[in-house]
Amino acid sequence: MSRLDYLKRLEAESIHILREVVAECEQPVMLYSIGKDSSVMLHLALKAFAPGKLPFPLLQIATGWDFREMLEFRDETARRHGLTLLVHTNPEGLQAGVKPWSHGATYSDLMLTQALRQALDQYGFDAAFGGGRRDEEKSRAKERIFSFRSAQHRWDPKNQRPELWQLYNTRKSRGESIRVFPLSNWTELDVWHYIYLNEVPIVPLYLAKKRPVVRREGRWIMVDDERLPLGEHDRVESRSVRFRTLGCYPLTAADESTADTLPLVIQEMLSSRNSERQGRLVDHEGAASMERKKQEGYF
Amino acid sequence: MTTPAAHATPADIEAYLAQHSHKSLLRFITCGSVDDGKSSLIGRLLHESKMIFEDQLATLADESRRIGTRGGELDYALIVDGLAAEREQGITIDVAYRFFATTKRKFIVADTPGHEQYTRNMVTGASTADLAVILIDARKGVLTQTRRHSYLVSLLGIRHVVLAVNKMDLVDYSRARFEQIERDYREFADRIQLGAIACIPVSAVAGDNVVAASARMPWYGGPPLLEHLETVSTAGPSEASAFRMPVQWVNRPNADFRGFSGLIASGSVRRGDAIRALPSGRGSTVARLLVGATDVESAIDGESVTLTLVDEIDVSRGDVLCAADAPTEVANQFEATIIWMHDQPLLQGRAYLLKVGAKTVMATVSPIKYRINVNTLEHLAAKRLDLNDIGVCGIELSGAIAFEPYRINRALGGFILIDRLTNDTVGAGLLHFALRRSQNVHWQALDVNKSARANLSHQKPCILWFTGLSGAGKSTIANLVEKRLHVDGRHTYLLDGDNVRHGLNKDLGFTNQDRVENIRRVAEVSRLMVDAGLIVLVSFISPFRSERRMARALVESGEFFEVFVDTALAEAEARDVKGLYKKARRGELKNFTGIDSPYEVPESPEIHLDTASMSAEACASRVLEHLRLAGIIDTGTASSVTWDI
Repeated sequence: MSRLDYLKRLEAESIHILREVVAECEQPVMLYSIGKDSSVMLHLALKAFAPGKLPFPLLQIATGWDFREMLEFRDETARRHGLTLLVHTNPEGLQAGVKPWSHGATYSDLMLTQALRQALDQYGFDAAFGGGRRDEEKSRAKERIFSFRSAQHRWDPKNQRPELWQLYNTRKSRGESIRVFPLSNWTELDVWHYIYLNEVPIVPLYLAKKRPVVRREGRWIMVDDERLPLGEHDRVESRSVRFRTLGCYPLTAADESTADTLPLVIQEMLSSRNSERQGRLVDHEGAASMERKKQEGYF
Repeated sequence: MTTPAAHATPADIEAYLAQHSHKSLLRFITCGSVDDGKSSLIGRLLHESKMIFEDQLATLADESRRIGTRGGELDYALIVDGLAAEREQGITIDVAYRFFATTKRKFIVADTPGHEQYTRNMVTGASTADLAVILIDARKGVLTQTRRHSYLVSLLGIRHVVLAVNKMDLVDYSRARFEQIERDYREFADRIQLGAIACIPVSAVAGDNVVAASARMPWYGGPPLLEHLETVSTAGPSEASAFRMPVQWVNRPNADFRGFSGLIASGSVRRGDAIRALPSGRGSTVARLLVGATDVESAIDGESVTLTLVDEIDVSRGDVLCAADAPTEVANQFEATIIWMHDQPLLQGRAYLLKVGAKTVMATVSPIKYRINVNTLEHLAAKRLDLNDIGVCGIELSGAIAFEPYRINRALGGFILIDRLTNDTVGAGLLHFALRRSQNVHWQALDVNKSARANLSHQKPCILWFTGLSGAGKSTIANLVEKRLHVDGRHTYLLDGDNVRHGLNKDLGFTNQDRVENIRRVAEVSRLMVDAGLIVLVSFISPFRSERRMARALVESGEFFEVFVDTALAEAEARDVKGLYKKARRGELKNFTGIDSPYEVPESPEIHLDTASMSAEACASRVLEHLRLAGIIDTGTASSVTWDI
């Protein structure tokens, strides 16, 4: 057992993973979702390669329905650290005009899964960092830190490579790629704790503030712009809300909260009786839905 | 409970986080056979430490009703068995990682599969664990699977084991049953040298001794499982262990900065420390030490750092930086244990890629010394290793590496084998020690060889190995033999125990270990002299059969003559030419052969000299006679010119 306390141990492990990919892979990229996990992952990457600059670009899959505050935060972060930022949106999805509220699973498949595959193929990335954590969801709990994808971006959960000690086999055949999860062993609390101790910048949407929201299927949805269709009975209210997880604004439910500082957010999280993914409408399509989506190439 | 109440103030939260950040982290695995109740146990630990959220509980309740195996009751297996195939088959295929915390510690649990066919997944989980919880069904006792898992746990160097005897509710909480299982288990555990074992009777379903002590087993005096996990001291690498860091990446952002990044595998490092880069052996001094972009004074094992050196020495990825005064060994041939994890068998002589630390080299396995039957611990002859086989092998690398034995340092002694064509990870292994013939010295083929030298001097080179008690007369006889050979014009050399200890072996004492090394060096020197064409006379007590056998094995058959100078202890002690026996009897000399250190009598020496019935001269004649009969020296004189005076 290490003499380090657990957050230092997690940090060192993540940095080791980040460096290993840069040392062994030809063209790595970091999937940057702008959320709190991405913020921590980016912070760790900056530490891993300091005093040098980040030796890989960031890639953001924009659906066109991202919260405006997220995009502002993204651009400001890239500017502050002098990062190379790539933004990709699925042109077919845009052309077809799929809408998050009317196309359900098709929407997330086209605008997230397919879009990601397009971008990875287009740039020829052979390794992509993602901010996934094993405590998020039970098929993630089974996934290796270095997770292989076929040339069709498929994950084969029954045939994962053994992964011993801190030895990662990064060798792959032509067309194959690796998804790498440096935060695999972090929990939601660890992420918040780290953000708090290290003053890692995060999107303000995580903190409570009065925001325009509308009630949809028992949940609060933020009216981030005028594109959100409002029925005649819909009433836009100004309520103090915050987000525990971030995605496309029409698909991400807000929680009523007054937690406007990090300690209050952490306190709320500690006393919450629901998991963070509960706020994501897209995850509730059958027990094995995440595993299925991952097999198809979702991060 | 472990978390602040809902009405806590921000100050309370800050205090909570401050306390929380100093917790230690314990990584453990759970293993056991199917239906031993692993999932129920983890489910209960998660549930009672409030790590299962309400929405997850709702999903679990729903799934338990539809596809559970507990008749509608909460089936915790559905929480840990996250893959569709696992839920369909009701078995665990791959390792699942779960997280929970108490006021004292953070935990990462790797729930590992029991089936033999998924051994590689169990090993994956076990490789990073500090402790193993091995489950046993109290009704079934110690099973084949229990032994297999325990063996793997021992092999991978997990020093702490909890034997959780589960389902005690189904054996009426019987103390006798528990104690019987504990006895059976400890007996097996002794044979595989398992570390510290705690045996705990539990019922995961009923909650006995998992989190709270059981009122139904008052006879059990130890702590419940969670308390044990919270308090067990898994002392890691000692602070005294020397600094080692495999260089993972060379950081060169500009011409002014050249940093070496890596995770410190052991020890600690400070600015100004003298270091050595291996395998090159070049030395320098630490100029700067950085964690992220911040300069620090020192760093310890487990930290990911970047350091710069005062001198511009050549260091690249895969090299190991060490404390200058305590470098690791460097070698390219090893004895190793290999766990084979692929359908295609491991074959002797085939080349694989081997990754150890940050270094990848080519490796061939040869020979496979034996395969281990994990159930009986028997050693079986093997020419290949099949899926899930464990074998002890020789392994040769394309280049020398810095390493440490796995039991001392996992990071510098654990390796994986990669198939060069499929890129699959096909095996994992543990380096034990460097084979003597490696040490990064390559054999240089020479044109003038032993027989050429021997022809020139008209003699066959050989070793006359005189062994016997101190004072038996070895040196006297050997001296006489050499004089006569010399007169005959033979090229000889006499290696005398006392004399060699003044030079080559002056660093050695008289412990068993030093005696072995003493003989090893003399045997090697003798071999070189035989190669040079000499008749070598060795006069050493050499009390152990195994070392004399080793010396014999270094030269060709027919070149080694064991000469047993047989003198009774009483006679040798009575002579006591050097006064050593008296000293030994007074206790002033430790480990004196014949007094407090054994002499193993030769079983079939080529020449047996009984000094009680023969004079030294007669003994010498006997030796020379034997050499003539063996064709080492011819009957006439060796030189081409005969001096007939």
